[in-house]
Amino acid sequence: MRPDLEIIANLINPGARVLDLGCGSGELLAHLAAGKGVNGYGIEKDAAEIGACIRAGVNVLEHDLDDGLARFPDSSFDMVVMTETLQAVASPAELIDEMLRIGEECVVTFPNFAHWRCRLQLATRGRMPVVGHLPHQWFDTPNIHLCTFRDFERLVVGKGLRVIERFVVDGRYALRAYVNRFPNLFGATAFYRLGRAGPMAA
Amino acid sequence: MARLKQAASVGLVEPRVARFDAPLALQCRVELPGFELVFETYGELNAERSNAVLVCHALSGDHHAAGYHAPEDAKPGWWDACIGPGKPIDTGKFHVLSLNNLGGCGGSTGPLAINPNTGEPWGESFPPVTVKDWVKTQAMLADRLGIERFAAVVGGSLGGMQALQWAIDFPGRVAHAVVIAAAPKLSAQNIAFNEIARQAIQSDPDFQHGRYFQADTRPRKGLMLARMIGHVTYLSDDGMGAKFGRELKSGDLESARDVQFQVESYLHYQGTAFSERFDANTYLLMTRALDYFDPALEFDGDLVRALAGTKARYLVLSFTSDWRFSPERSNEIVDALVAARKDVASAVIDAPNGHDSFLLPNERYFDVLGGYLAAAAAGLP
Repeated sequence: MRPDLEIIANLINPGARVLDLGCGSGELLAHLAAGKGVNGYGIEKDAAEIGACIRAGVNVLEHDLDDGLARFPDSSFDMVVMTETLQAVASPAELIDEMLRIGEECVVTFPNFAHWRCRLQLATRGRMPVVGHLPHQWFDTPNIHLCTFRDFERLVVGKGLRVIERFVVDGRYALRAYVNRFPNLFGATAFYRLGRAGPMAA
Repeated sequence: MARLKQAASVGLVEPRVARFDAPLALQCRVELPGFELVFETYGELNAERSNAVLVCHALSGDHHAAGYHAPEDAKPGWWDACIGPGKPIDTGKFHVLSLNNLGGCGGSTGPLAINPNTGEPWGESFPPVTVKDWVKTQAMLADRLGIERFAAVVGGSLGGMQALQWAIDFPGRVAHAVVIAAAPKLSAQNIAFNEIARQAIQSDPDFQHGRYFQADTRPRKGLMLARMIGHVTYLSDDGMGAKFGRELKSGDLESARDVQFQVESYLHYQGTAFSERFDANTYLLMTRALDYFDPALEFDGDLVRALAGTKARYLVLSFTSDWRFSPERSNEIVDALVAARKDVASAVIDAPNGHDSFLLPNERYFDVLGGYLAAAAAGLP
């Protein structure tokens, strides 16, 4: 399994109701259904990925995240997961609000644009970075809302959301002390487990 | 004959008839004094009797879903594109059962049959039947054929509604429900189109209050008009534009004389052909069954509750250009299934042919349907 999905699977309680936004071929959901008895659904818009989910017996719903999540009622899921997709949607801030409307909690992962390799390429070559965790050229990237850890942190704080867990990993999805010490410089991917704004937040 | 030898055809098939002598209590509380269902099967039933797939037909369909009745037949069954060896509903894996629903005009008991109490055709006096009645009688047929549980119940449009009703009424007897281009109930607009079609038939002088057989006439004009209206709603604006545009069949627009557009000619042809093969009373009865369908009704209008007791896994498919039963309507079913915590997969197929898309070959449609059913076949007991 993809190493980031392994990490996320560990954040999800057995028997939980899970919605996976941009579920790809359904790897996470298949793993959760088999191992944890999770009642999970994936949302995907790519025809090939949907076909893969269906052949694997994964509950996949064809839906474009840019059409919003209004079709799902409040608190209809225990956990809403979105891996490496935040940066590719039209309205990421609204989507996070929606994730926490329909889910009690959410897990969001995204690539860090302030990783030292990105900074180096931009500083020395003056060109858009193309690195391991952001492999696309500027003209064909699906990533239209890239951010840094610090940017995301500001968004979360601004919304008053509860950060239940937060960690960063390097390009190989490994936890390392130096990455933890300087996440916005050495972290490639961030994992945020968020809860709704509590009474303390205001 | 060459076509019959094609690997993908189920070949020559023969309809069979099942007779049920016990009186049948219909939802309308009328008792039908026995009835017959005509059906066909394709592919072998396995030793465990676990690989049966029920195909439910839509408004104007019948039991002849695949293959040919005679080598010289011009056309195969109505869903031949989808049913056969190596096709999405793979007769190499499944034993496919297709029947003409009660009230139909394909050979099952319906308005064309003789009412034993009067010795005359039932005609307009045939009692109203519902999707629930169909599912009940389909289950009786399954009993007769020794099929305890269907690997899948599959249908498009009104057929998809039967698949949904199956999952609700017989939760233990459906492993997979495949609901294609359907809706949890008709909208006011849907009912309105059906009513226009019915009025077209009923206002034909040859309709004779439904007793046209006794009067030795047929309401062909009315049935033709009904089909033309229906047909327009089954296609899409773009689809019709691509197929006909403003092409002329005859006449000359410059002089504005004797003009007939291709689309007019096409509709006339479709309407006429339909009026030759279909029974008007059956059309009235089938459109009413469509209108009445609302499985949530007995659950205080709550579709989630209606689906709560179901045990099937679901595949829900819709088509982008279908405005008669749009993807939004299919998503109502999907969302209710999700709320009821049922296993469901859904796909919205990009197809130009409106509601009719469910009958037509389409690479992605067949890939999804075939992929889903292949996974279902792999999980058979």
